[in-house]
Amino acid sequence: MCLGVPGRVVAVEGLLATVDFWGVRRTVRLDVVDAPVLPGDYVLNHVGFAIRRIPEPEIEETLALYETLLRSMEAEDPMADDVRAELAAAREGEGGDER
Amino acid sequence: MSASGLAPPADGEALRFRDPVRARALLRVLERATRPREADPVCLMHVCGSHEQAIARFGLRAALPKGLRVIAGPGCPVCVTDAPEVDEAVTLAERGLRVLTYGDMLRVPGSARSLADARAEGARVEVVYSVAQAVDAARACDEELVFFATGFETTAVATAAVLLGDPPPNFSVLSAHKYIPPVMEIVAEMPGTRIEGFLAAGHAATITGSAVFEPFVARHGVPVVVAGFEPLDVLAGLARLVELVRRGEPRVENAFPRCVTREGNRRAQERLWSVFEPAGGCWRGITRVPNGNLRLRPAFVRFDARRRFEAWLRDPARPAPSPLAQQCVCGDVMAGLASPSDCALFGRSCTPATPVGACMVSSEGTCRIWHQYGGHPDLGVSA
Amino acid sequence: MSARPPGEARIGLRHGAGGPAMRGLVESLFAAGQREDAPDRIGLGALDDGALLRVGARWLVFTTDSHVVKPVFFPGGDIGRLAVSGTVNDLAMMGATEPLGLSCSVILEEGFEREALERIQASIDATCREAGTFVVTGDTKVMGRGELDGVVLNTAGIGFAERPVRDDGLRPGDRILVTGTLGDHGLAVMARRHDLGLGEELRSDVAPLNGLVRAALAAGGEAVVAMKDPTRGGVASALHEMAAKGGVGVLLQEAELPVRPAVRAAAELLGLDPLQVANEGKALLGVRPEAAKRVLEALQAHPLGRDARCIGVCTPERPGAVILDTGFGRRLVAEAEGELLPRIC
Repeated sequence: MCLGVPGRVVAVEGLLATVDFWGVRRTVRLDVVDAPVLPGDYVLNHVGFAIRRIPEPEIEETLALYETLLRSMEAEDPMADDVRAELAAAREGEGGDER
Repeated sequence: MSASGLAPPADGEALRFRDPVRARALLRVLERATRPREADPVCLMHVCGSHEQAIARFGLRAALPKGLRVIAGPGCPVCVTDAPEVDEAVTLAERGLRVLTYGDMLRVPGSARSLADARAEGARVEVVYSVAQAVDAARACDEELVFFATGFETTAVATAAVLLGDPPPNFSVLSAHKYIPPVMEIVAEMPGTRIEGFLAAGHAATITGSAVFEPFVARHGVPVVVAGFEPLDVLAGLARLVELVRRGEPRVENAFPRCVTREGNRRAQERLWSVFEPAGGCWRGITRVPNGNLRLRPAFVRFDARRRFEAWLRDPARPAPSPLAQQCVCGDVMAGLASPSDCALFGRSCTPATPVGACMVSSEGTCRIWHQYGGHPDLGVSA
Repeated sequence: MSARPPGEARIGLRHGAGGPAMRGLVESLFAAGQREDAPDRIGLGALDDGALLRVGARWLVFTTDSHVVKPVFFPGGDIGRLAVSGTVNDLAMMGATEPLGLSCSVILEEGFEREALERIQASIDATCREAGTFVVTGDTKVMGRGELDGVVLNTAGIGFAERPVRDDGLRPGDRILVTGTLGDHGLAVMARRHDLGLGEELRSDVAPLNGLVRAALAAGGEAVVAMKDPTRGGVASALHEMAAKGGVGVLLQEAELPVRPAVRAAAELLGLDPLQVANEGKALLGVRPEAAKRVLEALQAHPLGRDARCIGVCTPERPGAVILDTGFGRRLVAEAEGELLPRIC
């Protein structure tokens, strides 16, 4: 519920993983995670236990979800154009980040 | 390949889920969607202290539109830990046992005293970041060590995991864990509430799955959206919920698909329910919540501190609540029936330095957050 | 003596935390008999970083600090470096950037390792050299095993201030500058003390700042109207005091706050706000708007000020409040009430 922080797995040894949280490393236990975890995977950590392996495509899916949500809710809205323009500007700004 | 959505905030680059541009766009969407209800705001409730923290910390409260009211429900596990439960932990500490607990519980007042008060008078109370640390500490010594286990189902999973991992015999658990879905029923059935939609906690749902809310939605005809905790997650979750309310569609929706699935984390669920069972109990200020507490199953009785130290706990010293405590309306605040500013004690006799109720102690307590961040401050939106 | 507040029959950890509880204790107990300052003495009642005593035509700054940090040795420093820097910086915050000399008293627990003491002394010597000063007097005491936790150091210092700088000089429009990154010291010590396994990325910033402050004062002169070092209680506590004393509100921009990624990550993990975490090598400066840019450049030109930023502005509204613009909305910045503990669910 709280302190669920995502981090990147750096090493795995049995049920213990070394996880990198934005440059800070912690040991996280894998007793209850829902899928096998390998270095490079992202996990959601809660009080020292990984509770979810976060599949990377899901992140894009969530962001796309938000975009769809915005588009569908503005379909007949006269102010929709300026919102879309702002989003387009934001996307252009991070164009270099897209894979 | 960059860590999409999870990259650290480097110079000039915002976390994808903290992108202020998208956030402002979502705020405008919320504003337009709720404009027809400005005189009679859409009333939504979240049941997670971390959601309240996120809303407060990112300044979202000041930015939410007039036609939307987001109420903080009983989602702070520290706040809903009942006074007699704290008294049990204090009793054990005063008897000379080493008591370990999560940081927030230290200052929560029981009927009269908190664990911090006990510590100031010489009791051995220590803070841990994880229950695993408590087990390690038990392995490293011979004396009895009690872990005062608070938190909702997500945290109970960790306690279950260590109990399944063969802890040493000097380790025991005093369980005050709680389970959220039953309290939503209580709130939805309270006379006087007009909650039109619930925002559910993304991390708890990571464990339980979003399906756990389907019976609730069927029974009460009120939509539930599961949301994460970054600013975009919260705003998008609220936007989706407002939309479902507007359309009169009582459904469960998952707005946190990167962490939540319909079935949830089966492995964690199995471990949780093999160690704990739901039991009726009292949540602070809300009286009885059927099936709202998690107690250790008989198979784990040898680690149950309530059994091991039964003699001491049978008749714990329980002084009468002070006159101030009797005026505390934390229960109403947590049920969404009152806001902190409605309480006569808020900011006067009850402050973070001198808390009367639990809501003022925990960093996720509604009163504490309002006191710290300004409640509904008239601070305006970002330029 | 003022009436004792309810619930305060015993001293708690919060009374040493640098926040409202500590200020209350000082005001109601230690400084209770000293409300009025004399024309030649600005003392306890002012609750500033040091006292100002007139000596002839000049102002002598006098300050003292006790150090109880645990662990004694931490990434980036130790209790010796802390003890010297703390006092040198308090002097500098009042405008005395050339200390005349320091005292250093040490209280040791019986059984304390001599080798550790030698390391601490080496650190004191090295930090004094950096600051251009000396320990000129001191005291040594030993208490029985178990009667004290390891070692306690107290330092005191004196120096003349050409132009004393207080912490109550802020006016609307003034800019708030910070000399570098936030939260380094507190998080490094907390991670080590609670054995949180957060890795070696977190290092204390403990350092003597008198040279840096000298550069800022040279660039800004009288336009530097307030200074304070954000130690226990962090920037939040320091700004609350400065805002209250100046009768102004402070509006901070979250995007401008300099925070190292490792510190941000550790704070996120622990549920802490870098604004509330102690710093031991940073200063806050209140600067008149016309001089802000040149003072900032002077700071950034100095090795200890490379990450200096303008983080906010003073406003006439909401005097005493410190507000943060998060980029999404605005919220109040609270002071930490007591000992910072990792938040849990």
